[in-house]
Amino acid sequence: MSDTLADNKTTSNGPSDGLAVLEGARSAAETYGIPLAVLLEVTHRCPLQCPYCSNPVELDRGSTELTTEEWKKVLSELAELGVLQVHFSGGEPTARKDIVELVQHASDVGLYSNLITSAVLLTKDKLSALADAGLSHVQISFQGNEPNVADRVAGLKDAHKKKLEVAKWTRELDMPLTVNAVMHRQNLHQLSDIIQMAVDLDADRLEVANVQYYGWALKNRAALMPTVEQIEETSRIVEEAQVRLKGTLAIDYVVPDYYALRPKKCMGGWGRQFFNISPAGKVLPCHAAESITGLEFESVRSNHSIAWIWQNSEAFNRYRGTGWMPEPCKSCEFREVDYGGCRCQAFALTGDAGNTDPACALSPRHEEIFKQAEQESAGTQNRFLYRNFAGGTLETDEDKSHGA
Amino acid sequence: MASRNISVSETSRPKLPRHTKLKFDETRQVWVILAPERVLAPDEIAVEVLQLCDGVRSVAEMVDQLAEKYAAPREAIATDVVAMLQDLADKGFLTEARENTA
Repeated sequence: MSDTLADNKTTSNGPSDGLAVLEGARSAAETYGIPLAVLLEVTHRCPLQCPYCSNPVELDRGSTELTTEEWKKVLSELAELGVLQVHFSGGEPTARKDIVELVQHASDVGLYSNLITSAVLLTKDKLSALADAGLSHVQISFQGNEPNVADRVAGLKDAHKKKLEVAKWTRELDMPLTVNAVMHRQNLHQLSDIIQMAVDLDADRLEVANVQYYGWALKNRAALMPTVEQIEETSRIVEEAQVRLKGTLAIDYVVPDYYALRPKKCMGGWGRQFFNISPAGKVLPCHAAESITGLEFESVRSNHSIAWIWQNSEAFNRYRGTGWMPEPCKSCEFREVDYGGCRCQAFALTGDAGNTDPACALSPRHEEIFKQAEQESAGTQNRFLYRNFAGGTLETDEDKSHGA
Repeated sequence: MASRNISVSETSRPKLPRHTKLKFDETRQVWVILAPERVLAPDEIAVEVLQLCDGVRSVAEMVDQLAEKYAAPREAIATDVVAMLQDLADKGFLTEARENTA
């Protein structure tokens, strides 16, 4: 029935999937179709301190966050533009007191909403209110399959227990549940148990996401980088489980690009099918984009519409398409397959966002960076730098021995 | 734990689960199915069938209706409709109405 349903995941798309169908149907006036889904990082505040947090190292303070009315205006504008889904994320989105009101507004303007949460701040009443407000899907992050590892990684006591409780409430309320497990050297040994945990929680979907190394995770790379053997074992476990659990649990797998020969098609290509909005209202091509210095990002607080920013702002056009590419990307046959990989990673590892992503075997820096990562993965440096507003706090021996 | 899988037959009374929404996308002028982390673009026939999936109508009734509308052989329509609904069900976009025991 491949002709009946053009299936497209909003996160990763090839030219033959449903996005091509939808992009093909956009109005002729637009150069780049508006993304189907937008990530809203409504706050950077979070009770967890995960050392691989995807937020920028320079976090937006609570005082700079968009107000309730500003977020509502953003939601209305997105719906009008043709965005279909919004992901309420953070930081911890439920740290905002107005989260139910924002979800309700998303429903009112016809947006499908997803909550990407650590779950630790949710009560049953709050979750029920979110469901009543039209929340369509809950994604809960897990740091392990049991409290010793999980609470230590999260940097929060009893976090794991609370997550299990909220996952149960989610299913009791008949909402679909995704378990998101971020994997690294210090929890990969729990992968099989995490898969079973997702099954036991009656989750619909499991994301096995290897850490991507920029921002906080790059600072913690030596403590997180898996070994090549671990990655091989991971792929084996995931592939076996995908077959075994077909129809029961869908498993999406994100491989760590350090051990790949080809870079990932990051964000589906810069400014091509994804943007997110930061707590302070910046419209970004990627949630890590603010780590690239020298790029100016427009805000929803400016005089420009979101559509204008997407189409015309310098930051979005800077690395769009293939025109900006240096060699070896410029003449590479894969340039429209991966769009040169990840700009944030190129910046973090080479100092220039316009370079080929070193994850690519064709990058002149690939060899050197791979070697360094391999050495780090074999090392014994297991101490975390916890994410916080103070620029990070190094884990103490007491943290390590007691869980957080 | 119950499997999400349902087996579609002519006696099934399928419906879209609460978290799946069928809607007309005004911007792109196409029908879409919204689901967690996914957007699907069903074709015209799929849209027509999905609109009949209300959890009350049986697949047999849908087939009768479509066979009459398109003056097509019932058997061929039944095969296509069941296959299409099964495909949707396997992907988690279709559920079965709970039996009314009252």
